[in-house]
Amino acid sequence: MNIKARVYVTLKKSVFDPQGKTIADALLSVGYAGVADVRQGKFFDVSLEADSPEAARASLEEMAHKVLANPVIESYEIEVDG
Amino acid sequence: MSARSVGVVVFPGSNCDHDTEYALSSVCGAIVRMVWHRERDLAGLEAIVVPGGFAHGDYLRTGAIARYSPVMTSVQEFAAQGGPVLGICNGFQILQEAGLLPGAMLRNQHVQFLSQPVSIRVERNDTSASAGLEVGQELTIPIAHGDGNFYLPDGELDRLEANGQVVFRYAGDSADANPNGSARRIAGVCNRERNVVGLMPHPERAAEDALGSSDGRFILDAFLAWRAA
Repeated sequence: MNIKARVYVTLKKSVFDPQGKTIADALLSVGYAGVADVRQGKFFDVSLEADSPEAARASLEEMAHKVLANPVIESYEIEVDG
Repeated sequence: MSARSVGVVVFPGSNCDHDTEYALSSVCGAIVRMVWHRERDLAGLEAIVVPGGFAHGDYLRTGAIARYSPVMTSVQEFAAQGGPVLGICNGFQILQEAGLLPGAMLRNQHVQFLSQPVSIRVERNDTSASAGLEVGQELTIPIAHGDGNFYLPDGELDRLEANGQVVFRYAGDSADANPNGSARRIAGVCNRERNVVGLMPHPERAAEDALGSSDGRFILDAFLAWRAA
């Protein structure tokens, strides 16, 4: 079956995010005084063939760990559509 | 001593490969073979340099795609046999992604691409790229990178220091001395076996006085002279 999934990759909470900090500073300078913090990241929409959503998730876990994220600095979350 | 045969790995997007080839051959006297990233045969080569640039465009992450190029399996085998491997800038990032060197690079602390000379201090002289140098010696060599902010969690940094794997540190006291914000001012590291070294500064861009500094030769000459114990 064809499965659609989304993999979110962000810097680990313990890792300083220079881009997020710069974006937060920019939002403040535009006038959004309530902004306390910004963490930026990226996501990957992946369409794949798999026997089941569970199999797709297992495969995506491996992809995220090996390729899409660098486990030294990044963490990831996977959403698999029904 | 006969001239060393050195391989310079070339990825789509490498852009320091020819400077590195020139510095190693014309300046330092090595015999250089350019090794396309799809090649697997490193026979006859005594040392490998992974040069700087933007391998595979650095799409996804710096070094993340390059690390799965066919040549990297051979480079890993070469390193496992004790062969000397030097990663410069993007080459360093590729070796990190490949698991040959510790740590990862974050975006520079001020989110700017930095291209400027820096001063680095030699911390270890028992690695393939620093043997024969003096500990404490300072070298002026340019950096040119957007992601050179060396990161490891504190506990792992302690272990790195205890293992003597910090080879070069950004030197000096000015606010600008550690421009990318690297943890513990780390500019270069080695693996535990000391045959694989990576550094963010570009020794090939400081290999002749005409370039403003010839300090890079200390590193390139050390690398070419190194023999596994």
